[in-house]
Amino acid sequence: MNNKVKRKNLKTRLFGREANWYAYIFLLPWIVGIALLVIRPLVLAIYYSFCEVGITGRGISSEWIGWKNFQDIWVRDINFIDQELSFLIKVILQVPIIVIFALLAALMLNTNLKGKGIFRTIFFLPVIVVSGPIINELQGQGATAVSTSDQMIVNQVISSFLPEWLVEPISGLFAQLILILWYSGIQIIMFLAILQKIDLNMIEAAKIDGATGWEIFWKITLPAIRSIILLNAVYTLVYLANSSSNGVIDLISRAMIKTRGYGYASSMAWMHSIVVLVLLGLIFLLLKNKPDQFLKNQKRKAKEQRRREREKRRWLADAEKRADA
Amino acid sequence: MQKNVLMRNSDESVLKYRKSKIKRFLFGSYENSGFLVKLALYFVLIVISYIYLFPLITMLVTSFMSVDDLVNDSVHWIPTKLVLDNFKQAFEVMDFGNTISDTLQLSVLPSLCQVVICCFTGYAFSRYRFKGKAICWGLLILTFVLPSQATMIPTYLIFNEMDIIGTVWAFVLPAVLGQGFKSTIITLVFYLFFSQISTSQIEAASLDGCGHFKVFFYIALPCVGAAFIIGFLFSLVWYWNETYLTNMYISNSNIGHDHSMTTLLVKLTQFEAAYKLLNEGEGDNTLNEAIRMAGTVICITPLLTVYFILQKYFVQSVDMVGLKD
Repeated sequence: MNNKVKRKNLKTRLFGREANWYAYIFLLPWIVGIALLVIRPLVLAIYYSFCEVGITGRGISSEWIGWKNFQDIWVRDINFIDQELSFLIKVILQVPIIVIFALLAALMLNTNLKGKGIFRTIFFLPVIVVSGPIINELQGQGATAVSTSDQMIVNQVISSFLPEWLVEPISGLFAQLILILWYSGIQIIMFLAILQKIDLNMIEAAKIDGATGWEIFWKITLPAIRSIILLNAVYTLVYLANSSSNGVIDLISRAMIKTRGYGYASSMAWMHSIVVLVLLGLIFLLLKNKPDQFLKNQKRKAKEQRRREREKRRWLADAEKRADA
Repeated sequence: MQKNVLMRNSDESVLKYRKSKIKRFLFGSYENSGFLVKLALYFVLIVISYIYLFPLITMLVTSFMSVDDLVNDSVHWIPTKLVLDNFKQAFEVMDFGNTISDTLQLSVLPSLCQVVICCFTGYAFSRYRFKGKAICWGLLILTFVLPSQATMIPTYLIFNEMDIIGTVWAFVLPAVLGQGFKSTIITLVFYLFFSQISTSQIEAASLDGCGHFKVFFYIALPCVGAAFIIGFLFSLVWYWNETYLTNMYISNSNIGHDHSMTTLLVKLTQFEAAYKLLNEGEGDNTLNEAIRMAGTVICITPLLTVYFILQKYFVQSVDMVGLKD
């Protein structure tokens, strides 16, 4: 007993309240950074989004104009809604493809093949190449696209049996199929890392009980990697949303420097962030951990059991009372 | 007669045995996946590897081509002669000698700072429970989701107040304060690695009289060497390839700094203009594809070198994440 109390004390000292101050010491640089480089610019950016901002030689001049910027975005601006819609369609099509491809690639790399080290080296290459203007150079050269004659055929097939508004994004998808593969480097790494963590004994046991590879994938592997699927979907979404190839981001940067000044660009960025946050929320809802059905059943059974016992006891007590009477 | 039956029997059984052996070889058995499965896997892996390697190889090959080879359709993979002049010109256009030192400063320094600070932050998040942890998580995610355009101008103003625009500090300071490029991802990597360390190990160490910092330095840090490599590689790549913010905070500083720093990648985006400027007055001053590709090769080679040096640890480290305590 004494030992247990001691152990508990140690636990609170190490992980509980008393450890608080040490956490803050480790976090100190980050907290200073948040205060200095995140909160202040954030507040300023919110303020400027309600302003007409001009950049003069001596600094910045701002004039409060209320909600006008936001009104203009939705009512007057022709480009913003268009770009945002095409971004939405792009996200809906590309996020699942990238995540699923990354998962399949990770599964393949996780098998016991000869030369998997070489394959891994190659599959992680996109992480190096894809960020930045290098991929633009390669794209400009046509190295990342399917050849145009193939695209024409695909276009014809698609447009024959799909509604008009879906044709363009899907044919775009085919044109960029290879580019999409390039975007999945980090996701493959994450999946591979979690796949290594799955308990091999469990898979062994399932095999002995006669489970096929298919069943093992759905019943053991997939539930185990759920959290990383969520993480990867979120990462992909944010990456697509903030990459410079996104039309909305392009619009924002152009508005900032050329057309309407920083105030308008800032409010546009806020609207875009809200859209991204809503999408994030949707992804969370779709992929969040559902409560385990087995555990749920067990809990329900236990509850039932307890209720029955209580009733039994009450009945017995009643019976005793009656017998006494 | 009896002998005959026996022989037929054994023949049949041998045949059966052989058949099952062939079947096992082709389709796999309980402990081994079959030959056909492996063949299919290799096929898919090689096809995808080809997709990843193809643009890089084309780039490399093109960079050695002469103008005649570029126009000649029959020359596809092997240039008729190696033209090193492309590289010479590209080196000149990018002003390599001066640019490379700037680039190294602007990528290596912030990456190192970022990795160290993210390590602290990740440790605090994984090891301690503290007041406001939920808020801190929220802020961490928020800094990831917000497009950098939203807070760019306020950040620029703050940097301007501190008088660090156009110097290395504009990149190093955010990194030191844990707000570098995509610091959230690196923090998350460290968080995942630190979560692997079993609490009993920490308990044992503190029973033997280790303080919080000793536990961090002697128990936690040795376990996350791989995370340092992943984090460093990622941030090196991100800093190296960043052009937009480099232009904003460092290269484009028009406020009274005589020598503005610049990176290879920024030079790459301005390649065409720089080339024209350099070759003004000469008859043929159109930029050909080969020189452009030579520029791209120059930009990407240092990263690839670092990657191939570190990749052994990198590929291993992905295995290491999976190590269970």
